[in-house]
Amino acid sequence: MLNIRNLRVKFHSTGKEAVKGISFDILPGERWGLVGESGSGKSVTAMAITGLIERSLVEMKGQVLFDGKDFLQCTRSQLRNIHGKDIGMVFQEPMTSLNPLMKVGKQIEETLKIHTDMSPEERKKLALEAMEQVGLPDPETTYNKYPHQLSGGQRQRAIIASAMIIRPKLLVCDEPTTALDVTVQKQILELLYDLSEKYGVAILLISHDLTVVRNLCENVAVMYKGEIVEQGSTEEIFRNPKDEYTQRLIAAIPKRKRHE
Amino acid sequence: MIDKKNKTFRAGLIITGIMLLIIIIGAFWTPYDPNAMNGAAKWAKPSFEHLLGADNFGRDIFSRLVEGAGATFFIAAASVAIGLVIGLVIGGLTGWFGGWIDEVLMRIIDSITAFPSILLALVLIAILPSGKYNIILALGLLFIPSFARIVRMEVAKQKNLDYVRNAKLMGVSDMRILFVHILPNVVPVLLSTVAIGFNNAVLSEASMSYLGVGVQPPDPSLGRMLSEAQNYLLSAPWYALSVGIAIILLILGFGLLSEGLGGDGNA
Repeated sequence: MLNIRNLRVKFHSTGKEAVKGISFDILPGERWGLVGESGSGKSVTAMAITGLIERSLVEMKGQVLFDGKDFLQCTRSQLRNIHGKDIGMVFQEPMTSLNPLMKVGKQIEETLKIHTDMSPEERKKLALEAMEQVGLPDPETTYNKYPHQLSGGQRQRAIIASAMIIRPKLLVCDEPTTALDVTVQKQILELLYDLSEKYGVAILLISHDLTVVRNLCENVAVMYKGEIVEQGSTEEIFRNPKDEYTQRLIAAIPKRKRHE
Repeated sequence: MIDKKNKTFRAGLIITGIMLLIIIIGAFWTPYDPNAMNGAAKWAKPSFEHLLGADNFGRDIFSRLVEGAGATFFIAAASVAIGLVIGLVIGGLTGWFGGWIDEVLMRIIDSITAFPSILLALVLIAILPSGKYNIILALGLLFIPSFARIVRMEVAKQKNLDYVRNAKLMGVSDMRILFVHILPNVVPVLLSTVAIGFNNAVLSEASMSYLGVGVQPPDPSLGRMLSEAQNYLLSAPWYALSVGIAIILLILGFGLLSEGLGGDGNA
């Protein structure tokens, strides 16, 4: 479904190549983790896939194929059509990822407004369903709330609802749990897992946290300095890391202290 | 701190509210016709008959003051509105698109700012026939740059927030993102600028009418009345004083409002 072929992204401003020829494939319904430290190019990769990268600022080479269509060759209006319908995104900072002046319900159904010609009543019905599915309490009331009236976890759920309402094929999650409490983190990961199992949506999880990736994804790609140093099944890589950087990354997961 | 701001805001609200009330009532009813001359009342001292006395033509100063404050208020509000609307559009477009649109529009804005504002207003008034509506036009033009700059900066800041990126990803069109999502979020930042701009407009109208290029006689405005009153400063000090106090109250009210809203209240 998503095939990345030898993707290179170079910033004009610094002349630095942030992504140096990476390739990987995501099949329908697969859950992939993209792991790496800050500056490894994982977020740039996500932005290249979602088309959020400002094209005038970078030079992109290679292919980002989605169902056979190359994003790098598409015009902006073509991209707009694909992105809204087939790719959703969940952001890191739930504080800023909702418009503070728009009711939550309206934001959740906005995709429908743009990509379908449903009546307002139909849209609201679907929005309420989507809110129910992501576990937002009391959808009828929450629909009319503003983002500041929701907790961080609830906001993240609202974002997920807005991404899922149109049933995308791929959900790109950029550090979706980093800004959340540990207990809420677990709930959000479980929610993502459930949604992907139930609706067969593929997930690309961008994270610096291997344990988060291990909890959710069956496949993982490890990025280091703009290159994918190792990719494959998560369990296999955890059991038998081949690359030296992966080994260090796994060794860096905090272990429980032994009691004296 | 919040409590103090709240008090400031309330004080501003009360002063502005009273001024507005007087102006609105004055639009429908004044004790005398503001432009009616009455030889018998010439230089009447303040009394119950003429609250603030009468001027050299025997016109009731209080009636003229109410009418003039209304004219000044209308000019200030309308010119700020023009500056605000055009500033929002220019600032929005430049901040959102950047690139050549930004360069072209902002350089035009720069060139407006390059002239001393009163001079530019005088030039415009000289080209256009003088009158109420042309002052509004001239002042409105002068206010565009400050609004456009603030909006541009704020849009550029909001542009990279996740909710805007999310909307972009959802396939929302540029114009809808700009006008439906971003600009409403910019407005709160503008509130104190609006109040400050309003004060500048009141003062500019007063100075222009004082210089004789603003509101034309016999119609009153605060600036016109001030320039008429200065000739009689010694014989009828209440004339100039009452006009001055009206200007002060208008500006004070809005200054306190803007300070209460979080601006620094400086003109």
